Formats: sequence, C-alpha cells, structure tokens
Amino acid sequence: MNFTLKIWRQKNANAKGSFQTYPLKDVSPEMSFLEMLDYLNNQLISQGKEPVTFEHDCREGICGSCGLYINGRPHGPQRSTTTCELHMRDFKDGETIVVEPWRSKAFPVIKDLIVDRSSFERIMHAGGFVNVNVGCAPESNSSPIGKLIADKVFDAAVCIGCGACVAACKNSSAMLYAAAKIAQYAMIPQGKVEAKERVDKMVKQMDTEGFGFCSNTYACEFDCPKGISTDFIALMNREFFSSKACKQKHA
Amino acid sequence: MIKLDSKIPEGPLAEKWSRYKAGLRLVNPANKKKIDIIVVGTGLAGAGAASALGELGYNVKVFCFQDSPRRAHSVAAQGGINAAKNYRNDNDSIYRLFHDMMKGGDYRAREANVYRAAEVSNDVIDHFTAMGVPFARDYGGSLDTRSFGGVQVSRTFYAKGQTGQQCLLGTYSSLNRQIAKGTVKMFPRRDMLDIVMVDGKARGVITRNLVSGELERHSAHAVVLATGGYGTVFYLSTLGLGSNASAAWSAYRKGAVFANPSFIQIHPTSIPVLNDYQCKLTLMSESLRNDGRVWVPKEKGDKRHANEIPEEGRDYYLERRYPAFGNLVPRDVASRAAKERCDAGYGVGDTGLSVYLDFKDAINKQGEKAIRDKYGNLFEMYEKITGINPYKQPMRIYPAGHYTMGGLWVDYNLMTTIPGLYAIGESNFSDHGANRLGASSLMQCSGDGYFILPNTISDYLSEDIRTGKISTDQPAFEEAEKQVADRIQKIMAVGGKETASSFHKQLGKIMWDHCGMRRDAEGLKKGMELLIQLEEEFWSNICVPGTDKELNQELEKALKVADFFEVGRLMCEDALQREESCGAHFREEHQTETGEAKRNDANFAFVAAWEYQGPAAKPKLHKEALEFKYVELKERSYK
Ligand SMILES: Cc1cc2nc3c(=O)[nH]c(=O)nc-3n(C[C@H](O)[C@H](O)[C@H](O)COP(=O)(O)OP(=O)(O)OC[C@H]3O[C@@H](n4cnc5c(N)ncnc54)[C@H](O)[C@@H]3O)c2cc1C
Ligand code: SF4
Ligand code: FES
Repeated sequence: MNFTLKIWRQKNANAKGSFQTYPLKDVSPEMSFLEMLDYLNNQLISQGKEPVTFEHDCREGICGSCGLYINGRPHGPQRSTTTCELHMRDFKDGETIVVEPWRSKAFPVIKDLIVDRSSFERIMHAGGFVNVNVGCAPESNSSPIGKLIADKVFDAAVCIGCGACVAACKNSSAMLYAAAKIAQYAMIPQGKVEAKERVDKMVKQMDTEGFGFCSNTYACEFDCPKGISTDFIALMNREFFSSKACKQKHA
Repeated sequence: MIKLDSKIPEGPLAEKWSRYKAGLRLVNPANKKKIDIIVVGTGLAGAGAASALGELGYNVKVFCFQDSPRRAHSVAAQGGINAAKNYRNDNDSIYRLFHDMMKGGDYRAREANVYRAAEVSNDVIDHFTAMGVPFARDYGGSLDTRSFGGVQVSRTFYAKGQTGQQCLLGTYSSLNRQIAKGTVKMFPRRDMLDIVMVDGKARGVITRNLVSGELERHSAHAVVLATGGYGTVFYLSTLGLGSNASAAWSAYRKGAVFANPSFIQIHPTSIPVLNDYQCKLTLMSESLRNDGRVWVPKEKGDKRHANEIPEEGRDYYLERRYPAFGNLVPRDVASRAAKERCDAGYGVGDTGLSVYLDFKDAINKQGEKAIRDKYGNLFEMYEKITGINPYKQPMRIYPAGHYTMGGLWVDYNLMTTIPGLYAIGESNFSDHGANRLGASSLMQCSGDGYFILPNTISDYLSEDIRTGKISTDQPAFEEAEKQVADRIQKIMAVGGKETASSFHKQLGKIMWDHCGMRRDAEGLKKGMELLIQLEEEFWSNICVPGTDKELNQELEKALKVADFFEVGRLMCEDALQREESCGAHFREEHQTETGEAKRNDANFAFVAAWEYQGPAAKPKLHKEALEFKYVELKERSYK
C-alpha cells in the first residue's frame, strides 16, 4: 500500500509548528499504524532527517500513552480502538492521512505529536482516590457489591487516561475522564463516604486547568477508545449538584 | 569481596516473617520527616512502595519514564492476581500457595521468601478491595475467582482481562493521594541512568529529563529499584517498548549482584508474528486456557481451514501428554510443547509457527455470552490485531518472551548487595525460582511494595536519623553524572548509519535463537560470540540523530540497547553454567527419555549470583545454596 502522510512537526513547546508531507511506499496492510510510523522514521533517519516523535509504550491499547489525531478523529477512524491498535488494513490504498497531536489549551504540545497531559494528573491528585491506609482494610467479602453494580463500576474504571475525549470535544472538556473516576467511586461503599468532597475538588481542578464545559454533543463518548458512557457525566452532575446543595444546607 | 548473606531468619517457616518483623527497628514519626527515599518505577511494586512509605511519613521521590505513573507496564497484566483466601472452600491455604509456587518454580526459589509472599497475599487483596479496585464478583456480591495454570485450586482474583490495569490504577490512586498530601513527589519522563554511591552506600541517582535532555542529581538515604523486567532483551516480547534492563544494570555495574539472569519465561499464548516490522507481541492471557483447548492437525502440513478439520484430525497434544493438568499445564511446559509440535512440522498458519487455541467446545457448552463475559476484551483485542473473529474460528498462538524470574539479587530484606539499595517487584529475583506461576507476579509486586519493604527499609533507615540531608554537590554525584554524560557523548559521537531498533532486532534474534526456549552449550557459546560482534558493530555504526539536549527518542533507545548486549552475554553465561534443565531453563543435554526437563538437585540447587568485574572481564559467580526443609524435591510432573 502507498500513502501520503501529512504530519504535524514542531521542534519544541515554544517553536512554531507546521505540517510536513511525506510520501510512503510499500506499507504492509498487516502493519499497525505505529509500525507504519516506525517504518517512516527508519527512512527519515537513513535520509539524515529527524524522525517523527510520538508517544507509545504498551502498543496493545491499555497504557493510554499513544493518542494521535488522525484524519480529524482522535485515535483515527475505527471506533473503540486506540491509535496503537489501528492497522493499515483499516485505510484505503493511496489515501492521504493527516496526523496531528491532541489540540487543547490544557494539553500543550511538547514536540511533534507529543503533548503534556499533566493536567489530567492534577485532576486525579485533587481527589481521584479513596482515603484508606495500608493495613486498615477490612476482610474483602465483608461488604458485598452486587454483580450488576460491580459490572457498571468496572465499565467506568476502564478509562486509560488517553485524553481522546478532550481532543474530540469542541469545548476541550475533560468531563468524561473525570466522571469515569468519580462515578467508579460513587457507586461503591468504599468510595461513597467521600463522594461529595471528591466531586467538588475534581470539578474545581478541571476548571483551574482550563478544560471547557460540557455542552452535550457526546463526541467524547463516540471517540473514547474504551467506550466510557456519558451516563457517568450525568451521574457526576447529580453528585456535583447535590454536593453544592449539601454545602448550602450546612452553611 | 562480596559475601552473600540471605539473612533468612531462624524459626518455623510459618512464623519467620511475623517474628522477624517484630524485631525490626523503627524510625519514629518525627524522624521520618528527616529521611528521603528514592523509588524508581511506578508499577505495582514501585507505586505501592512509594505510597506506603509516604503514608508512613518519609519524604519520597518517585521516577518513571512514561508521562504518567499510571502507564507502568503492570497496566498490561491481564489474567489475575493470586491470594490464598480459600473462598472456594477447595482446601486452599497459605501453605498450598507456597507449595505451588515452589513446585512451579522447579525448586529454585527460597522457601522463606516464597512463604512470605503467599502470607501477605490476602492482605493485598483486602487492600485493593478497600481502595475500590473493581474485582469480578458473583451474584451474591462476593469476590469471584478463577483457575490458572499449574494449580488445582481456584485462587485467582480478576477484573475481566484487565486485572493489571485495575490493580495498577488502584495503586496509582494511593500514589496520587500521597502526592496530594505532599509526602511523595513525582518525577515522570525521567530515565534513571546511574546509581550514586557515597561511602559504599546507595545515596542517590542520576536521571535524564526526557523532555529537556538535562542530567539531574537526586539524593536520598536509600534507593529502591522497582523497574520491572527485561524481557525486551528478545526485542519481540509481551512487554512495553520502553521496558529495559538499564536501571538494574547500572546497579550491577556498581556492584549489585545479579541473580539467575537466564531464568526468563516464555509465555505460551501470544499472538504470533504477522509482519516483518512488528516490534511487539500481544499476549493472550493464560486464563484463556481455562476454556480454550490447544491443538494442531494430526497430519503434518494439513492445510485445511481449522473449522474444516474434524475431531479425529485434531491432536490436542497437551491433553494427550499431560492428562492430569491438560490445557492448564504451567507455562514453560506449554511453551516447549508448542515449539516441539511446530519444529516437528505440525504448526499452522503461513509460517508454520503457531498452534490453535480453540473455544468451540466452550462456546457450545456455555454459550457465546458466557465466554464474552469472561474474555470479551481479549477476543476483541485478538480480532483488532489479526482481523479474525475468534468466536467463529480458533485463535492462533505462539510462545513469546514475557517475564524475567532473574533479576537483582536481594536478601530477605529485599536489599541488594549494595547497602541501602533495594530491589522489589519483577526487578528482583527472589520468589519465582526458574519459572513463575500465572497471577503470582502482581501478588508479589504488591506484597513487596505495600507490605514487606516498608518494614525492612525502616530497620536500615533507623541508623540514618542523624545523617541529615545528603548533598548532591559532592564528588560522588559529580563523578556519576560525568560518567553518564560521557556515555551519552560516546553514543552521540558515533555518527553511524544503523538505528537502535535495527540493532535491537538483531540482538533479539540472537537471544531467541541461542538463549530461548531450548538451549545447548554450543548454541550458547555461539550466541555470546555473535553478541560481541554485534556490540562492536553497534559502537561503530549506531546512528542517533538530533542532540542530547532535547526530547530524543532515538537516544533513549540506543542507551537501552547498549546495555542489552551485556545483559544478553550474562544470560548466555548463566545458562551455560547451569548444566541441568529446570523450569524455563531447558538444556537439550539434560532431558528425560520422554523429553521432559531433568533437574540436577545434587549440583545445581543454588541461586547463581553474578558479580561484575569490568566491561570485558568474565563476571564472577557466587552460589547461594538453597535449602529445602518444607517441600520435598520431586520431579515436576503434570502428567
Ligand atoms: C502482557 C503481560 C501480562 C501479564 N499478566 C499477568 C497476570 O495476569 N498476573 C500476574 O501476576 N502477572 C502478570 N504479568 C506480569 C506482571 O504484570 C509484571 O511482572 C509486573 O506487573 C511487574 O511490575 P513491576 O512493578 O515490577 O514493574 P512495571 O510495572 O514493569 O513497572 C516498571 C516501572 O519502572 C519504570 N522504569 C523502568 N526503567 C526505568 C528507568 N531506567 N528509569 C526510570 N524509570 C524506569 C517504568 O517507568 C515503570 O514505572 C504480565 C506481564 C505482561 C507483560
Ligand atoms: S474517558 Fe475515554 S477518551 Fe477520555 S481519557 Fe478515558 S479512555 Fe481516553
Ligand atoms: S501504546 Fe499503550 S495504549 Fe497505545
């Protein structure tokens, strides 16, 4: 297969970036998208040029490192698929493929296709945990959780922290990412105790980081590689409003 | 002169840890604030240790090379985590878990360490549950379990096929809690490139900031390595591409002894190689062997589509050879059996280098939904990579490099032979002998990090309460930084033509062919020669574009590959010395008449611990004799 690649190149955070065009021949349909970039990089290096920098590690859709904006879609054209799981057989021979980093004020570009997602980390620092010390856990089966709820909790917990939801959203909202964690804990006895403070703190941090508001376009859910449901945003909102109400009552 | 002292406490096996722990010295809360600890790695082991130490009140600095601690390769573990809860009433116990690990490891692990790992396993599960880790549950709301290879009880806790992800995210949340409290400071996007020693003790590390390229000095009263496994020595493996040996190797060069380097697990069920540019093999979890049946055609070179081969035409070779355990034999046995069939010409697929893993019978019996509930994400993953739907036709699988039982030698305190330098999780050697049983690594990593290290390290640190801050302005730091800078300059200066990945791929092939699933003396010697040649070529022809003072992924790779040459040589050296077959280490010269591994307990019941003697010199072998008081050494039979 042959492709024309238009790739965002940017030397560092302060440099001005631009698209560069690279024709690429003899790509195997069995190659993954990132293997195709490896193949391109090999050619660039042998021509004495600088390879394209992109983030990756597990290459099996679980670590959340990779994340490219491909032909106008986060993680490319296939639903429920991370960039590293995409394969070239999913593209048309001769196609022009445009590759960009995530675009969001809260995710500044570091180099080429790599962005700084530390804003996601700080949202977790704000409250993405249960306050429990090592050594004071009760026996696991002392608080049963019904299978149906457990399954729902799991569906929220599979977020890989990639940032595609932000990249997909016209407002750069991080609601889906935050909601997944907030919902996971709000649905179980271990996390319920602090659910109100958690939602308050995490939502506040989202605002501080410059992520936008949610205007219910559901683009995030559509492009989330793990199929995280926007139902969790509704759940988060319920928690959030009841927490404010809760505070006013106490005031 | 290094003298190995395992510091295994006296007393009955079941009481060793509790008695020993009770005697360990403490650091009082006010003094803990004066003590700094460096943890390198944020997998289950590192993030667990860092958060536990932070909770205790120490000042902790944590490092990882990814952009977030949540991406450590523990995240990729699929199948499950063991604990001796006996929730199934199937007569499980701490002793039985200990016994299974000893046997699974082919009697090449330390009894006391293995028992302790089994002992803390129940606390690990309770802690995860309390942190909100969503383990699978049954309809009554209790935790569910499943079976794993090499055992006859159901003790594996799981979260669909994402157990590692869920356990790591739980651990990550506890780390975040400490970061928020200010007890832990996180340094992502850092490569640790050297250990700094002051007066014979580990007192810091040199890191490279992967964004700016700057070298940084960090000091502490103790250093903990939790840097994972080095299975990427094979190039193609189930590990993340950034996984490396370099952190552990820098410790080895500074005098930490390296144990059983050749004990490396080849996992039987990974998706086979599909194209020449492939740089990663994706694992299909061992749990699939609960319901999947492994087979090849009975006829050599049978080219029919799998679904067209009738029952009579199929050889379920694991069930045939090992009726007692069938498809659930341990990994080393399953891997070698697959290789045996493929080498004999019965393999399937274009290359003939794969076998079938078939769910037809399970789907017929339990229905597609039940199978989807258990393995949905694995089936999807398989389909994404291969384009084939495994509900409709069998998966194709082949063995792949996966897990390193070998690692830095540690004593009962998890301290290496360098005072103040600890190694936990996959980076140490201690609990899995010559072969690891499924689902026992997540267990060991979490046990090490949360429950064991925090106790033993306090004992060591109790002597440091008056030391005060360690300055990074002293000669030891300057020298270490200079050594690292020189090495980087040396690589940058070569200006050759070949990429780091190309060297890595060649190196991996040498290791796979000469020090892989089956080894012999001649092949191992040849492997060492080839490694030396390739290493010379590397230092005259490596190409690293760009500069070292910026984000430079080619430089990162080249630095890691440069260390793998030495790792590979030591693996061959170790495999050559071990004139027996045990666990994952199979020497052609040592097998039974039926082709099973033949151990030599009289001469090889020891840990082979290697001491660095300089870049070109042969390393020195130390032997830690293994004593077995609570298990009887038997031929490991799964027939
Ligand atoms: C695909 C797969 C599936 C598995 N499934 C299971 C399973 O079901 N059950 C089970 O028990 N085990 C399983 N294992 C094994 C288990 O996952 C690992 O052994 C375990 O997670 C290792 O954890 P760790 O904390 O030691 O290291 P890791 O999780 O590998 O973490 C290593 C850390 O060290 C850091 N690091 C490494 N080198 C450097 C450096 N030079 N500088 C700075 N930082 C560095 C990394 O950034 C990372 O944070 C599986 C392994 C794989 C690969
Ligand atoms: S919610 Fe989905 S898209 Fe957003 S970070 Fe999580 S996995 Fe990625
Ligand atoms: S590289 Fe890990 S999710 Fe893509």
